[in-house]
Amino acid sequence: MSTLQTKSSALPVKKSSTPLSSVGNKAAYGFLYVVLIILAIFQIFPIVWLFLFSLKNNQEVFNMSPLSFPADPKWENYVRVWTEGNISQYFLNSVVYTVSAVVLTVLLASMVTFAITRMNWKLNKLVLGLFMVGLMIPVHSTLIPLFNTFSKLNLIDNPLSIILSYTAFNLPITIMILLGFYQTLPKEVEEAAVMDGASVHRIFFRISLPMSMPVMATAGIINMIYNWNEFVFVNTFISSEKYKTLTVGIQNFIGQYTTDWGAIGATLMISILPILLAFLVMSNRIVEGIAAGSVKG
Amino acid sequence: MNVNNVMSNKKIIAIYVLPALLLILALIYVPILLTGYYGLMKWDGIGKMDFIGLANYTSLIKDPKFWGSAYHSFLLALFSAISLIGYLLVSIILAGKIRGADLFRKIYLIPMLLASVAIAQLWLKIYHPTNGILNNLLTSMGVENTPEWLADPKIALYAIFIPIIWQYAGFYILIYYAALKNIPESLIEAAKIDGASAWQIAVKIKLPLIMNVIKITIVLAVVGSLKYFDLIYVMTDGGPNGSSEVMASYMYHQAFRGFDFGYGSAIGFFLLIICLVVTWVITKLTASKEDVNY
Repeated sequence: MSTLQTKSSALPVKKSSTPLSSVGNKAAYGFLYVVLIILAIFQIFPIVWLFLFSLKNNQEVFNMSPLSFPADPKWENYVRVWTEGNISQYFLNSVVYTVSAVVLTVLLASMVTFAITRMNWKLNKLVLGLFMVGLMIPVHSTLIPLFNTFSKLNLIDNPLSIILSYTAFNLPITIMILLGFYQTLPKEVEEAAVMDGASVHRIFFRISLPMSMPVMATAGIINMIYNWNEFVFVNTFISSEKYKTLTVGIQNFIGQYTTDWGAIGATLMISILPILLAFLVMSNRIVEGIAAGSVKG
Repeated sequence: MNVNNVMSNKKIIAIYVLPALLLILALIYVPILLTGYYGLMKWDGIGKMDFIGLANYTSLIKDPKFWGSAYHSFLLALFSAISLIGYLLVSIILAGKIRGADLFRKIYLIPMLLASVAIAQLWLKIYHPTNGILNNLLTSMGVENTPEWLADPKIALYAIFIPIIWQYAGFYILIYYAALKNIPESLIEAAKIDGASAWQIAVKIKLPLIMNVIKITIVLAVVGSLKYFDLIYVMTDGGPNGSSEVMASYMYHQAFRGFDFGYGSAIGFFLLIICLVVTWVITKLTASKEDVNY
């Protein structure tokens, strides 16, 4: 590596190019830019269109240009879907399940990761392996037995079944995100704490946990996105309206409004807005968490 | 007090590990074993189970509807794997000192963060035969018989592939971009000095260096496709006439609609085996001598 570096600094002259190729370079650069922008438009356009038709009535949706902003935006679409039907109840349920599961998952995952990386025991690799293999298991292969077990325990149509399922299925990816941080903690911190007579609990709760705040935030936001968007568990385990989340609720709700585009658009916007806001505020953490949770295995 | 003694306390280790471990054993590992076991039963989900041996598994192997759904799942896997090439190209462009690269990759990621149900409902509107934006666009371009995207058995499946790929594009671009950015700048500079073209640098230096990441994304894309469910369930529910049924939706329909939980379990178990086998095969096929460590 060092020889390569000296080589590059020794010959800076070759980097400058002739005017002709620089024109070609600019054209190529411009072309690549256009490709990137087209892709960006393709990715963002459906969401912009959704926002626009959420502010229109049917007449405007059908007769105006799809990309026009309505002269008189129908914010009342939002008020209507929020007050009619159960959208506000679904929203509240989504918040409660998401927050409970995130707190439980991040705490349990931190404890396991702490024990696996910082404490001395023989089976730690095996236990870590069990969590990592959990990432490969298709949710649908567990659905029928989970349904049956929850039925026997009287947990069907009970929020607990949802919170426990979210926690179990998100533990692997959460541990994966936390792992890198815990592995790099310096041993000296623990040694000093033990010298001062600190117990393991004290080390975990007073030192490791506070130090891991940033990576816990990353894991937390990833968990939040997954839980907020989850559909199959709620659709299978919950039947009462009062316990449904937004993802399942909007599915039924939209069924009643098949022809009212503004109402449908407003409902969908309400369901994705918390995630969009979280993304605006914490996009770096989300990017980091998704990268860490996908590749390090 | 020795730090190693303090950190070897078996009781405390158990307290820290067991809650999470018991949760994944009870809610992930025991259920996958039970799925295989329920597959040996005739069972409507409510009443008594009757042991019928391998009957569910033998009828599964002869069930043309199951193989139809498996074919659709593998088709999606193929599409997803091929689209990785496109994501790789975009990432190479992005990582090549493009101004605003960070903003681009964040915009690309947005669809992946949204609920599949919301995405599905949105694309139902995009594909709407009379008022959807797609057919509006086609009409304005002079197309007369605009397709009924999701109602036509010949194209419904492919019409759903588009939003699935739309949903995950940013995810793979993000992964490739992060991997490409990890390549030491000095390697690229050295190659430039030796007169390598941008294309040569991409193919001969960058690609080999991120091969490990590419392998992982192939596994993620293929296995993710094989178990895919959400958009299909909401947009077509496997229809029309089974033309967009995939393995997971077929399992769901057999169990929770047809009340044949024994057969549904057999499908679920088969799905698990297929995912594990495919993971193993891809890992073996792409393994090179120096790296088998993931």
